[in-house]
Amino acid sequence: MGIIDKLNKDFESRVRLGIMSILMVNDWVDFTEMKTLLFITDGNLASHSTALEKAEYIEVKKEFVGKKPKTSYRVTNKGRAAFNEHLNSLEKLIKSNN
Amino acid sequence: MNQKHQEDLSHIRSMMERSSRFISLSGLSGVFSGLSALIGGLYAYQLFKANGIEYFDKNNKVYSIDLLLELFFIAIIVLFSALTFGIFFTIRKSRKYNLPIWTTATKKMLLNLAIPLIVGGVFCLALLFYKIYFLIAPATLLFYGLALINAEKYTFSDIKYLGFCELILGCISLFYVGYGLVFWIIGFGILHILYGLLLFKKYK
Repeated sequence: MGIIDKLNKDFESRVRLGIMSILMVNDWVDFTEMKTLLFITDGNLASHSTALEKAEYIEVKKEFVGKKPKTSYRVTNKGRAAFNEHLNSLEKLIKSNN
Repeated sequence: MNQKHQEDLSHIRSMMERSSRFISLSGLSGVFSGLSALIGGLYAYQLFKANGIEYFDKNNKVYSIDLLLELFFIAIIVLFSALTFGIFFTIRKSRKYNLPIWTTATKKMLLNLAIPLIVGGVFCLALLFYKIYFLIAPATLLFYGLALINAEKYTFSDIKYLGFCELILGCISLFYVGYGLVFWIIGFGILHILYGLLLFKKYK
């Protein structure tokens, strides 16, 4: 096994990687913008963001702007650390294979 | 397996970039805005000649109201066509690469660009008000350069080099009063065309 098992299972999907990457370089990002940046459907984003929220990697804020509900996401400290670690293992993996 | 990790990494990089920077800016926007400025500037020079004014002759500079209005009109047309070209090619590029345009990064870029530009605009209005015309050309170049450097964080970071060139040009023009039109043609015309070509080649 070695390094392989260090790769975080929560980040296996491209959508989750995308959500994390976007949140690493931005503060609060709302649902609509996240969806357009990733080219995914509402349902897809909702299910992946819920999974990341359960892992406590992101926090979700729900508020009303006028009468419209607005959902925004932000990365937590735990999520930031986990994602950085994931990046490091990815990098190591690629280096060791080359 | 390795292939997948490589792709993951490039996906991460592109998501970070796409979400934090306005990358739809097209090099062609720069080229065509520059051309508008160049044509406008040369037309203004011709206009001086047609009115019997040798632009580079220091002693012969009384402008009639009609001429001033006409110059102002040229400036407006140049500004309008430069903006139109800029927006047109940017929208075209974002459609081609399927990039969202109106994102937080775009808004931040425009805000950061606008702050020095608006202050510069007010400053130039004050110069007009006090009839200090010879400082208008340097001031426009200087504030534009500062605006580009300020917006650099939210778009291609190369625009800061264009900003530096505008600043250097602006500083030089402060000491060559009476050549404002020449500096305008270089700063807004030629530099934009060169920068646009470089950008176009690099990010094609």
